[in-house]
Amino acid sequence: MILAAVHPVIPNFGGGSSAFACERANRLFCPNWVSRNWGTVLWPALRQHIVLTVIAVAIGFVISMALALLAYRRGWLERPVMILTSILYTIPSLALFELLAPATGLTRATAEIALVSYTLLILFRNTLTGLREVPPEVRDAARGMGMGSTQSLLRVELPLAAPAIIAGLRIATVTVISLATVAALIDNEGLGVPILTAISNEVFKTELIVAGAMAVALALAADALLVLAQRVITPWTRVGR
Amino acid sequence: MPAANSAQSQGPSGFPQAADLELRNVSKAYPGQREPAISDLSLSVPAGEVCVLVGPSGSGKTTALRLINRMIPLTSGDILLGGRTVLESEPTELRKSIGYVIQQIGLFPHQTVAENIATVPKLLGWDKRRISTRVAELLELIGLDPDDIAPRYPAQLSGGQRQRVGVARAIAADPPLMLMDEPFGAIDPINRAHLQDEFLRLQELVRKTVVFVTHDIDEAIKMGDKIAILRQGGTLAQYDSPAEVLMNPTDEFVAEFVGADRALKRLGLSTLADVRLLAPNGARPEGPRLPLSMSVRDALSQLLAEGSRPLAVIDQDGTVAGVVTLELLGGVLSR
Repeated sequence: MILAAVHPVIPNFGGGSSAFACERANRLFCPNWVSRNWGTVLWPALRQHIVLTVIAVAIGFVISMALALLAYRRGWLERPVMILTSILYTIPSLALFELLAPATGLTRATAEIALVSYTLLILFRNTLTGLREVPPEVRDAARGMGMGSTQSLLRVELPLAAPAIIAGLRIATVTVISLATVAALIDNEGLGVPILTAISNEVFKTELIVAGAMAVALALAADALLVLAQRVITPWTRVGR
Repeated sequence: MPAANSAQSQGPSGFPQAADLELRNVSKAYPGQREPAISDLSLSVPAGEVCVLVGPSGSGKTTALRLINRMIPLTSGDILLGGRTVLESEPTELRKSIGYVIQQIGLFPHQTVAENIATVPKLLGWDKRRISTRVAELLELIGLDPDDIAPRYPAQLSGGQRQRVGVARAIAADPPLMLMDEPFGAIDPINRAHLQDEFLRLQELVRKTVVFVTHDIDEAIKMGDKIAILRQGGTLAQYDSPAEVLMNPTDEFVAEFVGADRALKRLGLSTLADVRLLAPNGARPEGPRLPLSMSVRDALSQLLAEGSRPLAVIDQDGTVAGVVTLELLGGVLSR
């Protein structure tokens, strides 16, 4: 914000004195800046962002799955888990980073803890709903033909819950991709870094636009990938009468 | 079916082909309920016979069925399958040896028809080739084209096809006992009659011991070698052949349950082939010609519709086998 006082401001990311015309003119979007900084700023930020997201969704998935399976067997667990994950989900992300930082420091772990906590509600609720919506006669048939409860879960109930679980993964993944930009405040990585740099620079906005667009594109691509995965994993959902 | 499936041999799973079933003083009481669901029920079903459990709702017929494969634990008494108590086997092992068909069928929507039918063989650890041979064999047995139907998902089948696949899945590992809980209850009347006929034809071939639950006395009469009529509270009102139940109901409850038209229902049990027809003697009665395979009940209806005049009966080749009159049909009941 302080930088805004100086005028004109020409950012100097890895560029030395060789600023382009569009940079000097502070146009909204400067393609030359993008091509010059792709390898040093944007591409590494994208890779870090993907890693942040994959780790958060994977850990969140494992925790939620375990909780949902427990709650599926012991119904009383559903309420406490729902309350806890709802609270985690509603804490503003900035506040949560603020709360965690003194304990775990300005590290990737802090960022991941916060990101994971936002996936739990969605993944838990979707997995449990998916399992509960398995038709009772299907469960009865599985049991009546001699499947034990683990066999029924693995061969029948979980596959049938897969569409709901993947739907949860889609929402969770897009949420994490978006929130991970904020995580740059405490853990200096991901697409949030160029965005924050641009925010603190009131004039030159190319970084913000490009990194923001990359986050959106990443979210769309991840979502498309999960839709594709669902089509492959659950072919029966596409057959009509 | 392969020749190996004759009545006494072992089926492809090593299970006996069919087994006697005996319920001994079986009771089921749910905690917190004053009336037991089943009280002191005893009946025995000889190997290869169809026993129909029938009764009004609340008579515990489905409960009785589910006690047999231990889907519901029994309170007291014993159930013997092939002379051995079912209480000693592991429930999951027991259920693999008992075919199970329910009204809603419960096909697995995420599996193809072939995978559905292969459920129990897979649980029993059959190898792949044996499973695929068995699946094709079963689909042909139930009159479906394996190449067309096997790769389909249940959502791509008609109601009748689904029901047939449900039966094929239940007999896939050739279990000695089949439990069927209102298997045709959700099917429209025309298709239901069709599926009933088909099941009887199938039963001729595979000769399983079958326990069949229905609330429909007509279905019970059609499907059962023996009928067990249950009353409220799960007590046995009568256990007899269909003809005996219709002819000599033990009490008011049974008489009322089988219906005031029980004489007509008895006529439904015989065909014109069972009637000593009048010789044609060159006479050529006018009106419709009735096939020998027609039930006496339907023949009576035809005679009444034709103003009670004699009608010709023809055999399979279309030649006149005799003449039937109202008096003749009246005599069927007094035999």
